[in-house]
Amino acid sequence: MGKKLLSEKFYKSMEKLESRYPSKVALLLPALHAAQEEWGWLPPEILDEVGAYIDVHPAQVREVASFYTMYNLKPVGKYHLKICTNVACCLRGSEELVEHCEKKFGIERGETTPDKRFTVVEEECLGACGTAPAMMLNDDYHESLTVSKLDQLLDHLE
Amino acid sequence: MEMSETLFAQYFNEESRPLDFYLKEMGGYTASKKALSMNQDDIIAEMKKSNMRGRGGAGFPTGMKWGFIPKQSAKAKYLVCNADESEPGTFKDRDIMRYTPHLLIEGMVIGAYAIGANHGYIYIRGEYTREAKLLDQAIQEAYDAGCLGKNIHGTGFSFDLTVHRGAGAYICGEETGLLNSLEGKRGEPRVKPPFPAQAGAFGGPTIVNNVETLAAVPYIINRGGEWFSNLGKLEKSGGTRLFCVSGHVKKPGVYELPAGSVTLRQLIYDHCHGILGDKKLKAVIPGGSSAPVLTADEIDVVADIEPLMKIGTMLGSAAIVVVSEDYCVVKLLARITRFYAHESCGQCTPCREGCKWMEDIIERIEHGHGREEDLAMLLDISNNIAGKTLCALGDAAAGPVMSFVKKFRADFEAHIRGGKCPSA
Ligand SMILES: Cc1cc2nc3c(=O)[nH]c(=O)nc-3n(C[C@H](O)[C@H](O)[C@H](O)COP(=O)(O)O)c2cc1C
Ligand code: SF4
Repeated sequence: MGKKLLSEKFYKSMEKLESRYPSKVALLLPALHAAQEEWGWLPPEILDEVGAYIDVHPAQVREVASFYTMYNLKPVGKYHLKICTNVACCLRGSEELVEHCEKKFGIERGETTPDKRFTVVEEECLGACGTAPAMMLNDDYHESLTVSKLDQLLDHLE
Repeated sequence: MEMSETLFAQYFNEESRPLDFYLKEMGGYTASKKALSMNQDDIIAEMKKSNMRGRGGAGFPTGMKWGFIPKQSAKAKYLVCNADESEPGTFKDRDIMRYTPHLLIEGMVIGAYAIGANHGYIYIRGEYTREAKLLDQAIQEAYDAGCLGKNIHGTGFSFDLTVHRGAGAYICGEETGLLNSLEGKRGEPRVKPPFPAQAGAFGGPTIVNNVETLAAVPYIINRGGEWFSNLGKLEKSGGTRLFCVSGHVKKPGVYELPAGSVTLRQLIYDHCHGILGDKKLKAVIPGGSSAPVLTADEIDVVADIEPLMKIGTMLGSAAIVVVSEDYCVVKLLARITRFYAHESCGQCTPCREGCKWMEDIIERIEHGHGREEDLAMLLDISNNIAGKTLCALGDAAAGPVMSFVKKFRADFEAHIRGGKCPSA
């Protein structure tokens, strides 16, 4: 393989973690998280580099990564809106939030705006049912949402 | 215990309690000091006396589970905390982790010592990034203070604890799916036996416990199993419970109450101040979305393990979802079933295919394209899933379908015959 795409910091943190597990394969999930943090998603070259580091076959990396919904195997927008529509949130009006976003951005759920700024997806239960409806904007939770609160939040993004 | 005194909920505000506060105000790490000077069998005996039943969903007695771990093992043993909190409607473990992370850490030190494990993991759902960071910080504090790591409290016992993040898969809440995920694999449940206590994480004897289960352990050790057991009002169900109430109530949230001390009605109308807009109650799901549904006439039942089991449902993770009269139950069941179809790992044919079929049929009924024979077909499919799969996700998907169709048959029939929703 040519030049490394993942940073020095990635490799340092993985080395530190390695002693925590009796097998190196256990690093796979933490490594995919760390790689996605650097790249925003997991392009094939990155999956290969993670596989090479952990010493598992690239096919195995893909097989595992595709099992988990948090790993983006396709690029996502700069702002990734994950709106929970599971039981507690749907009882509290999350469908309205999703529809509002679809209209606002002119896309359907699951899509990204052409300018690559926004991706809107329906999410399964986020564990914030007491403050439903809830969503994640990238890594952060936003709870007790209304359409106007959502607008306020979105209109203040760069 | 005074009514105002709670094990957890009194700290569910403001911010994460740092080590400092934990030591000074909560008697932090006195229980682990005490436990590490005890005989391991005595700790397990105390846990048995406490009548702690696992808070993850199955309600398995914790002391008995710990007792399954073999004393001698050629392979390393592990203690794993299930912080996946993936059952829809559940949001209590998040509060424990973000407000009192040290209770969980101390509980794990005690549990690890009792079963002879030197390594532990907190498997936390990937979405809880903030809680994972707070736990990492608390763990570092505990290491620095000699409460974790090598030679804890100078006793010679060592325990390393690592936070391991999941990545978005409900099935990783199932303990053997979780263990596969921890090992860097797809989170597919394993064939049992062997049970984790025999061969769990990395092939070693392993205990998997829920966050709330482990976070109660310091209290049990400090105040005694009998004290904990007596907090509960029914036999064989000790301690307090963190009820997660969501949906159409005026004051949703986490309520901590002595186990067996309240009915669903009291929770909904007294603690949560009743239904939004003072509407009528339609349905209650008492134990996370996989628990069979109850009608408004069935809520005078005590919200605990045995009483709910007796009426054909379950307390599960104590996640109570409340539905008012103007919400369509067919739509709700469609959403629940879509979830299980989406989360089926696909290993078992009845679960993989059955969940998808049920989803399609319920959606067709919801949208007014149902057929007369659909209800019989739904019951037939759910009967062919329940009890016939590798893990309990199959039952989790079948239970809601059977109970919704049975208890709200008229609503389903109205959709089929009238082509639209009667409550809309
Ligand atoms: C489909 C499925 C999902 C589950 N999700 C969770 C979960 O999110 N958190 C949890 O603690 N237990 C969950 N469980 C239960 C675990 O398998 C296990 O029984 C529990 O973690 C044991 O801990 P306890 O004895 O302290 O309750 C789930 C079980 C199934 C079948
Ligand atoms: S019951 Fe469903 S989720 Fe569980 S192992 Fe089988 S296919 Fe997977």
